[in-house]
Amino acid sequence: MMAPMFSSKLLLVLLFGTLFGLVLGVLPGLGPTTGGALILPFTMTLDPLSAIILLTSIYCAGTYGGAITAVLINTPGTPAAAATCLDGYPLAQKGEAGRALGMATVSSTVGGIFSVIVLVFFAPILANLAYEFGQPEYFALAIFGLTMLASIGDGSPIKNLIAGAFGILISTVGKDFMTSIDRFTYGINELSVGIGFIPVVVGLFAISEMLTQSTLLDQVFKRVALKAVKLPTKDDYKKTWKTILRSSGIGSFIGVLPAEGGTVASLIGYSEAKRFSKNPEEFGKGSVEGIAGAEAANNAATGGAMVPTLALGIPGSATTAVILTGLIIHGVRPGPDLFKEQPEFLYGIFGAMLVANVLFFIFGFFGAKIFARITLVPNKILWPMIFAVSVCGTYSLSQSIIDVWIMLFFGVLGFFMRRYGFSVVPVIIGLILGELVEGTLRQSIVIFDGNWLMFLTRPIALTFFILSLIALAFPLIRSKKNKKII
Amino acid sequence: MNNVRDKKRANKSLPFFFRTEFKVFFAIILVSTILLISTFSFDTVPPILNRGIQPATFPKGLLVLIIALTSIIYYLSFKKPWKKEKSLPKPFFLTILSFIIFIIISKTLDFFLAISVLSILVSYYWGERRIFYLLLVSIIFPLVVFIFFEMILGLRFPPGIITNLYYY
Repeated sequence: MMAPMFSSKLLLVLLFGTLFGLVLGVLPGLGPTTGGALILPFTMTLDPLSAIILLTSIYCAGTYGGAITAVLINTPGTPAAAATCLDGYPLAQKGEAGRALGMATVSSTVGGIFSVIVLVFFAPILANLAYEFGQPEYFALAIFGLTMLASIGDGSPIKNLIAGAFGILISTVGKDFMTSIDRFTYGINELSVGIGFIPVVVGLFAISEMLTQSTLLDQVFKRVALKAVKLPTKDDYKKTWKTILRSSGIGSFIGVLPAEGGTVASLIGYSEAKRFSKNPEEFGKGSVEGIAGAEAANNAATGGAMVPTLALGIPGSATTAVILTGLIIHGVRPGPDLFKEQPEFLYGIFGAMLVANVLFFIFGFFGAKIFARITLVPNKILWPMIFAVSVCGTYSLSQSIIDVWIMLFFGVLGFFMRRYGFSVVPVIIGLILGELVEGTLRQSIVIFDGNWLMFLTRPIALTFFILSLIALAFPLIRSKKNKKII
Repeated sequence: MNNVRDKKRANKSLPFFFRTEFKVFFAIILVSTILLISTFSFDTVPPILNRGIQPATFPKGLLVLIIALTSIIYYLSFKKPWKKEKSLPKPFFLTILSFIIFIIISKTLDFFLAISVLSILVSYYWGERRIFYLLLVSIIFPLVVFIFFEMILGLRFPPGIITNLYYY
């Protein structure tokens, strides 16, 4: 079963994916989601397993790579590394950058491996449960996914819901799949096939980030010197092993929920590490527990987020939405049948994620100094290059110039969305879930002969609806504490 | 903290139509309403063939939901005004201008010429003045990208004054 893992081609893909993921993670503004979207068109030349291994290794290594920048220049390479800055940079300022990166590397690896184990055990269980699902249950599940995004995603819940609804609305552009009636095409032939996922993702992430960078040109990074990454001492391990395990559990759990995976997981992992710490006063001043709490959690979210992606076809994070798209364009349908019919494909992914975690440990440990130098590439050179790749990558999928216009449109839109506090992640999740939401809703209505109340007669669907209501009510309860609804 | 409070106060002191929350509310409502109106012109399925709901019903529901949620955030902003954003710097507008130039050139002249022009403009607007780096981003790198997509991925780019030199 593991035989495909040992083919030299797959190992090469894995090696490249890990290195590329690290580079993406290190560069502020890029990250595994944008990088995954940029590389998706190139995966068309690969077989499905190689393509998904490439994307998952980018996901694992990119999530870790953010820590290098967080520690050395106090700027998270990825949003998931934001909490790492809080203690990583102060520790680096004390002349212990190597120790900070060593702790980040070890805890990321442990978190990542822990989450792969969770993935191996829980994905098949969840997939088995999914055999009980019919159209109404899938509809209720997709609604639950979207409401969870509003509830525990980054930013304001109502704005997240608007963004999610907008994402679903984008998925309705083109010919209606049940009746072939044109919707929102306005006579443009290219739009009748719908709006592709890649132009939207590349626009919302890469192009909007390029515009954001154009507003930050006067920003000066203060780099901390790094001699070498040091493995944590016995004393550090004693201090942090409980934190690492706790955060690995938290990260895996948060990852399974459809939300902004690693970002939320690292914040919760960090705050829980502080809550349980014997020395909470050290947090924010260079605590190794703080670094371990954040890093173990954000990497643990990677495996967790793959659970609903593979078992149900519901992405657990923005990057897994890209991976899900990769699966779909390569003709692999995620869900329970995938576990029954192509177990070797899944074992390939599990094994690749495991190896990617080991590889980024090695690369991070020996190469952090080199990767840190990538941040020296000035934005005025880097971003025009990223633009060229974005444009060609977007064009390449359907060889349509309209896709490039769409990418630019979503780039500008994404910039203003972020500027006014709307997260772009729900748009992506909404876009990918849109067809499922509408398809299952309409098919359910046909099954129920137009009687909407029949949804309430299905126990699993009803459970998901109740959970959705709880997810919607949760921010209201939370807002009583921190007054953040809008 | 004080800075944020000052920004919020500054936003609150403006007439309502200049406030960030009103501008965002207005833009979303306007676009959603236009889209909602356009859904009424979608073709409908004859009742005899109609199973479930009409193709326009689902997008209509989504647009009504977006309008309702936007109204809620606008209503809530009376209690909790949004902070006033810093005005956008010149490089941002120059980057947007580069996008427009890119669209015009790629439509009328050449796709790769458009990439080169955008790259050199963005790099220059963002402060790069060294000739080598300007050439790197505008000629060398797009050429590498072209060779990679064309030769390795076998992609055919749209015809244009420069691309045709290679194809013909």
